[in-house]
Amino acid sequence: MKRHLISAADLTRDDAVLILDTAEEMARVADRPIKKLPTLRGRTVVNLFFEDSTRTRISFEAAAKRLSADVINFSAKGSSVSKGESLKDTALTLEAMGADAVVIRHHDSGAPHRLATSGWIGGSVVNAGDGTHEHPTQALLDAFTMRRRLVGADAGIGQDLAGRRITIVGDILHSRVARSNVHLLTTLGAEVTLVAPPTLVPFGVERWPCEVSYDLDSVVAKSDAVMMLRVQRERMNAAFFPTEREYARRYGLDGERMARMPEHAIVMHPGPMNRGMEITAEVADSPRCTAVEQVANGVSIRMAVLYLLLGGNEPAVTATSTPTEESK
Amino acid sequence: MSKILIRGAKVLGGEPQDVLITDETITAVGTDLTVSSAEGAQVVEAEGKILLPGLVDLHTHLREPGREDSETVLTGTRAAAVGGYTAVFAMANTFPVADTAGVVEQVWRLGKEHGYCDVQPIGAVTVGLEGKKLAELGAMHESAANVRVFSDDGKCVDDAVIMRRALEYVKAFDGVVAQHAQEPRLTEGAQMNEGIVSAELGLGGWPAVAEESIIARDVLLAEHVGSRVHICHLSTAGSVEIVRWAKSRGINVTAEVTPHHLLLTDELVRTYNPVYKVNPPLRTERDVLALREALADGTIDIVATDHAPHPHEDKDCEWGAAAMGMVGLETALSVVQHTMVDSGLLDWAGVADRMSFRPADIGRLEGHGRPISAGEPANLTLVDSAYRGVVDPAGFASRSRNTPYEGRELSGRVTHTFLRGRATVVDGKLA
Amino acid sequence: MDTNSSAGEARPPARPVLEGPDIARMLTRIAHEIVERAKGADDVVLLGIPTRGVFLARRLAAKLAEITGRTIPVGSLDITMYRDDLRLGPARTLARTDIPADGIEGRVVLLVDDVLFSGRTIRAALDALGDIGRPRAVQLAVLVDRGHRELPIRADYVGKNLPTSLRETVKVQLTEEDGRDAVLLGVRETAPAGER
Repeated sequence: MKRHLISAADLTRDDAVLILDTAEEMARVADRPIKKLPTLRGRTVVNLFFEDSTRTRISFEAAAKRLSADVINFSAKGSSVSKGESLKDTALTLEAMGADAVVIRHHDSGAPHRLATSGWIGGSVVNAGDGTHEHPTQALLDAFTMRRRLVGADAGIGQDLAGRRITIVGDILHSRVARSNVHLLTTLGAEVTLVAPPTLVPFGVERWPCEVSYDLDSVVAKSDAVMMLRVQRERMNAAFFPTEREYARRYGLDGERMARMPEHAIVMHPGPMNRGMEITAEVADSPRCTAVEQVANGVSIRMAVLYLLLGGNEPAVTATSTPTEESK
Repeated sequence: MSKILIRGAKVLGGEPQDVLITDETITAVGTDLTVSSAEGAQVVEAEGKILLPGLVDLHTHLREPGREDSETVLTGTRAAAVGGYTAVFAMANTFPVADTAGVVEQVWRLGKEHGYCDVQPIGAVTVGLEGKKLAELGAMHESAANVRVFSDDGKCVDDAVIMRRALEYVKAFDGVVAQHAQEPRLTEGAQMNEGIVSAELGLGGWPAVAEESIIARDVLLAEHVGSRVHICHLSTAGSVEIVRWAKSRGINVTAEVTPHHLLLTDELVRTYNPVYKVNPPLRTERDVLALREALADGTIDIVATDHAPHPHEDKDCEWGAAAMGMVGLETALSVVQHTMVDSGLLDWAGVADRMSFRPADIGRLEGHGRPISAGEPANLTLVDSAYRGVVDPAGFASRSRNTPYEGRELSGRVTHTFLRGRATVVDGKLA
Repeated sequence: MDTNSSAGEARPPARPVLEGPDIARMLTRIAHEIVERAKGADDVVLLGIPTRGVFLARRLAAKLAEITGRTIPVGSLDITMYRDDLRLGPARTLARTDIPADGIEGRVVLLVDDVLFSGRTIRAALDALGDIGRPRAVQLAVLVDRGHRELPIRADYVGKNLPTSLRETVKVQLTEEDGRDAVLLGVRETAPAGER
């Protein structure tokens, strides 16, 4: 694995499977009476959040704390950052505090990449969502959820998602979740179809390794998983679609559409859900909807990522050979 | 009386000739001038080098008044001289905006005082570059600065009626409006060329059509009102097609391309390094090739630098927060040699046309862009085209360092620049 | 590092000091000792330490079942995340921790590993165990004790005491993982961990 996790495209199949397998072990720790591991004792993880995202922040925070890392939360709101301090000066401050990893959420696409490559800091950088670029740990937890549900928790160890048909529906244009998922799911062998009104499909999408459809009904019946993306109501005012009602009718998932999905197929949502917009309450509350599981899986995935990046003197080496016993 | 003899230079890339300068004027051009009239002259050995008319940049941001932390008229004209320029047109987007006779005269005077390079101010088309109300175009023309080129560069004159009026109004004094073609609504939040790379990087797309639609509208407006129009920094293959069509129809349109759009593509944005952030954005390889071809066949008339200095802190940050623009005066000729001459698309006479004759003509600038012959002002640039070197911004004369070419090997170097017979650059260094 | 990969040309090949039948005999003996000392082994849980300790634990469980006629719970305990040498190499791949359904609370946990050397693995295993539950007692069974303890730890059941020098390597091979049963004694190519 590389030293930073900036883009899902940086992960090879073996890297991705290793993260999923490691997350599976981390998930088992959650069932123990003591959910804490001493592994990252003495390591410092900084959550650097330039955007409000309580869900993602607490997920990373829980992950780091379960691994015994020291966690520093740095929120741009109300800090010197909102008073004009640059990303560079913030980074130099974190470096001086000895951050071993910086988990960054930023409204600008590319900010984590910049942080990782500018020489401002020495630690690992984990992208927790940048602008409309990527959100790799979200894609990993989505893939983890799919593997657990479609292949099985134990049966899935060592497995990818070869041949699974995944449909991602909604605001692809502005979605970092969709971008990361297209990279990761195709790396894992899945066949991805994006569904959106043409206004919410990025220019140049024809070069992405996936199919694009404007018609949800034509793909639901052929999907092993249907991932509904959050659609922000502001988009309506920018003329991406005419009304909420029309959007919900053409691109929302309701009970009737869900009924046409294969029996084993699951409904996913990265949250927070707009009930009545992209998903009806009936679907959101059905046992086929994995939204709550995804949150739990997020902690396991982030534990796995932090462990594999910080658990040694360098990131985990993806290879078939495991070092044999030492210092018995 | 001072005499300088430039010996053995390939004039416009042709056969070696000697050029004699007496005071401010070229007094003789020929072979073997040593014995006859050149007695007592200071000799510049120029064997193997290319002699060009002093370069003219129709599009420079000198930042003074207002942003002297990034560039001043002094540092900008020194950079221009190093790049082989003897005249630069200074864009109007200063603080305050060059939308009155007072501001343009101030900039013009500063250029004269420093004496490295003539500075011809460009006046704003609209008050405060706001696109709403025409600035006092006539007053700026009548000022000491004698403004003939007007531009809201940095912003587009997007209101069709204002554009029409400006095009009409400047006819009275043979002026020209230089349009920054960027449809504002189509480029809200735009960060880079809209294409395959922007889709992957998740950066706001800047569609080619935002430039092309304004160019199409403006050439039709120019035709309708019988005015001439100049298109700043054309950057797309589609823009080339529109200008080509307009010219074939006899519309009085001229167009410029920047050196960086002749060389760099949006693939570089994958680094998220803001040094590649520029307006208009870097486009695709297909666009780059179309621009080179258009410059070679004359569809694009000139190369203009769009030299846009920015202080370090405005580029040493995340992409979204960074300023747009690149410095270009000191590397322009090398990039043109690399992309156009070394590739065989353009000869040195063509370079003289695109970087001196035509820009001076479009800007109606007297005393520049003249042939290299007896009786003409001695504005000259001597180029060592065999030179190969790696760009090191630490050595720039400009106050800013935001070059996209750092560490890149380029060919060619200006060894001497003469402004009205006085050397401003000798052996590649400011005199 | 006790790795046996990339054996240098100059080094003599590792030679077997124990073969399959020896190993089988030792495991049978240990099983009998367990039954004897743990009074029928009725509250014993076997936890093997991955990789080879898990296979040894399963074999022992099978032998105990033969002797006692009861099923003995057996599982695995991965100690990777409790190691004290994590920062000496790249992050390690985790192995499975599998605690038998009835847990370890109040029972006798018998840790099983292939080689006992510095004792650091067992120290890590004790820490890991503490996070899972509170056994009545913890005991240790190893196939080979090669000496050179760095911590105050000893085994309760030992297949064979094998005096070694720090220059030597001990490698256990098991059919489940390596295709055959053997204990190999070799010479390391670099300075042993203890001397660095």
